[in-house]
Amino acid sequence: MGSLKEITTTDDESGFMATQVNELMNWGRKNSLWPMPLGLSCCGIELMAMIGPKFDIARFGAEAARFSPRQCDVMIVAGTLTWKMAEAARTIYDQMPDPKWVIAMGVCSSSGGMYDSYAVVQGVDSILPVDIYVPGCPPRPDALIDAIMKLQRKIERENPLKRVLEGPTDLDESGTGIFAKAPNMEVKTNRYGTYMDDSGMKDDHSTARAKEES
Amino acid sequence: MTASEHVLGLGWDDVSAVEERDGMPTLQVAPQRLRELLEILKRDLGFEIAILVTAVDHSPKAPRFELVQQFLSIQNNERLRLRCPLEGDNPSASSCIDLWPGAAYMERECWDMFGIQFDGHKNLRRLLMPEAYGHHPLRKEFPHQGIEPDRLYREWERSRIERAAEREGQEGVNS
Repeated sequence: MGSLKEITTTDDESGFMATQVNELMNWGRKNSLWPMPLGLSCCGIELMAMIGPKFDIARFGAEAARFSPRQCDVMIVAGTLTWKMAEAARTIYDQMPDPKWVIAMGVCSSSGGMYDSYAVVQGVDSILPVDIYVPGCPPRPDALIDAIMKLQRKIERENPLKRVLEGPTDLDESGTGIFAKAPNMEVKTNRYGTYMDDSGMKDDHSTARAKEES
Repeated sequence: MTASEHVLGLGWDDVSAVEERDGMPTLQVAPQRLRELLEILKRDLGFEIAILVTAVDHSPKAPRFELVQQFLSIQNNERLRLRCPLEGDNPSASSCIDLWPGAAYMERECWDMFGIQFDGHKNLRRLLMPEAYGHHPLRKEFPHQGIEPDRLYREWERSRIERAAEREGQEGVNS
């Protein structure tokens, strides 16, 4: 019990606090989000405005934009993602260390927007697990700051300790849950007829799993 | 004498003046005469710059494609447009990059978007679409949402996942 004696101290200004490991980790994570600025078109300008002094994302601890994915936590897809660029975007996402989040900024990256075209990815959620969607064309920096704050609130609810104790979660369970399988697996869609098999859109999570196991 | 008058004065029966748009004299020329005419434009008539090389898909009319080229002469302050109808679904025309090297990108884009071959072009690769893409997007039969636009990405993704699985397997053997 000698250690207990060491903690008690006569100095009034020092002390200790009790918390949960999850709370502590989430607190650290949410206040030091380092964005990966993937500025692909006009949304990139608003993204820069958000990082700059006027809107000052440093107030939320997210001002350290790094152009190396190895140093980033949150990927902000700002703009129109084309299929030609999709491989690069996915590679950047894969190179980011865990934990990582994705913000789809603007309608182009959220849904393809007005580019209902052969060249444009119809929503980056077909290749990446998106956490927050920001509407707008382009969204104001305020809207993106709101997205950062919502992401912080989402991070507060995470359970990082479970991940440490039980190992990484299945890829299927990360992401938005919109797709039957995780976006980094093959997605069945009825948008481009050739990707439909006989079961069509009935291909839900359970059948996808059954296929994987068989 | 303007350039188009000079060309028409040569007396070729496969070159004719057609409707003039935007104040630009326009000549219609048969494909077999195109090369000869381009050389005359460059050497004799002083057209230094090829402004535009593109095409029009007139499907389902025949001839299906029409090659459109526009040239600018700075020394004579005049412009000229050539229209060249091309037969068939996979047509070819003579390249002009030995006369105007700057037209190389425009011919590559024309090949990419319409599938028109340019004979004599050394590096006729796709310009905008991915290299292995099998379609030509500006053709009339091409739907605007595309034909399997994500096919190449999915192939890349599959190979990436397979490579990752292979790597994991090898590490498993070593450890």
